[in-house]
Amino acid sequence: MFQANVRITLRKSILDPKGKAIRLALGNLGFNKVEEVRAGKLIRLNINTGSREEAEKIATEASRQLLANEVMEDFEIDLVEMQATG
Amino acid sequence: MNIGVIVFPGSNCDHDAYHAMKHVMGVNTTFIWHKETSLGQADLILIPGGFSYGDYLRSGAIARFSPVMGEVIKFAARGGLVMGICNGFQVLLEAGLLPGTMMHNTQLRFSCKQTWLRCESTDSVFTGKIKKNQLLQIPIAHGEGNYYTDEQALKALQDNDQVLFRYAGAAGNITPEANPNGSVDNIAGICNKARNVMGMMPHPERAVEPAIGSDHGKKIFESVISSFQSTSAL
Repeated sequence: MFQANVRITLRKSILDPKGKAIRLALGNLGFNKVEEVRAGKLIRLNINTGSREEAEKIATEASRQLLANEVMEDFEIDLVEMQATG
Repeated sequence: MNIGVIVFPGSNCDHDAYHAMKHVMGVNTTFIWHKETSLGQADLILIPGGFSYGDYLRSGAIARFSPVMGEVIKFAARGGLVMGICNGFQVLLEAGLLPGTMMHNTQLRFSCKQTWLRCESTDSVFTGKIKKNQLLQIPIAHGEGNYYTDEQALKALQDNDQVLFRYAGAAGNITPEANPNGSVDNIAGICNKARNVMGMMPHPERAVEPAIGSDHGKKIFESVISSFQSTSAL
């Protein structure tokens, strides 16, 4: 079993209205050194396979087809092998 | 002519669309539930506004994989007429039937108000009864209507005359002030290259009777209905 953490963020070239709203709110709270905020999503998939390669392939395909919209978003995948539990 | 209005869980303009097409335009109209795998006798598919599947993940992203959308994609590939309004436009973008994507409005607020649209191309079944540069007053109601596409794809849209409507001022001028959501090039509505699929963020089905503020939306429906009647008469 592998856990895939898919991190999705807006592409660098794209204005991030949510990140901007968070930055403004942080500024209001006095966090003046925070100059940029980018907001994204974390989607966690538990994939039932013993093969790291297969898990990576499945997570990548799922990201391409549904989880991310590559017109505006980039995604990164971290894979962690999960310990079997009784 | 038969019109099919697709209904997803979370669609909320389906009855407005039905009312506009059936009672105002007088065309035979039926609802098509998202689990259907047949579009019946529909000649025009209308994907209405709302928040399909709660807008989870991204607007339109889940709806795009519902059973009925597989049929809509095949229907469009055969040249069938498809029109997406607001969330329906977002679904068509996610389905890849139209190019580009929608982002949150730049001003970070849901925006619900009347807008002026300038007709940019009359070369489509959706705008055939409208004059070029004619202004239509049609309301918007969305939080994610900020149309985005990269420069290359934008140039292709412009070169292929796929921009049907731009947000304009009341005098017809295309300015940043007239842009309610930050859409690239003030784009409010586009069609595909084959010109049988169109999407627009403003709601023409909410502008079909003077009593509700404007009846300019009828121009779009008259265009598509009359084009269908003239082709089927041949």
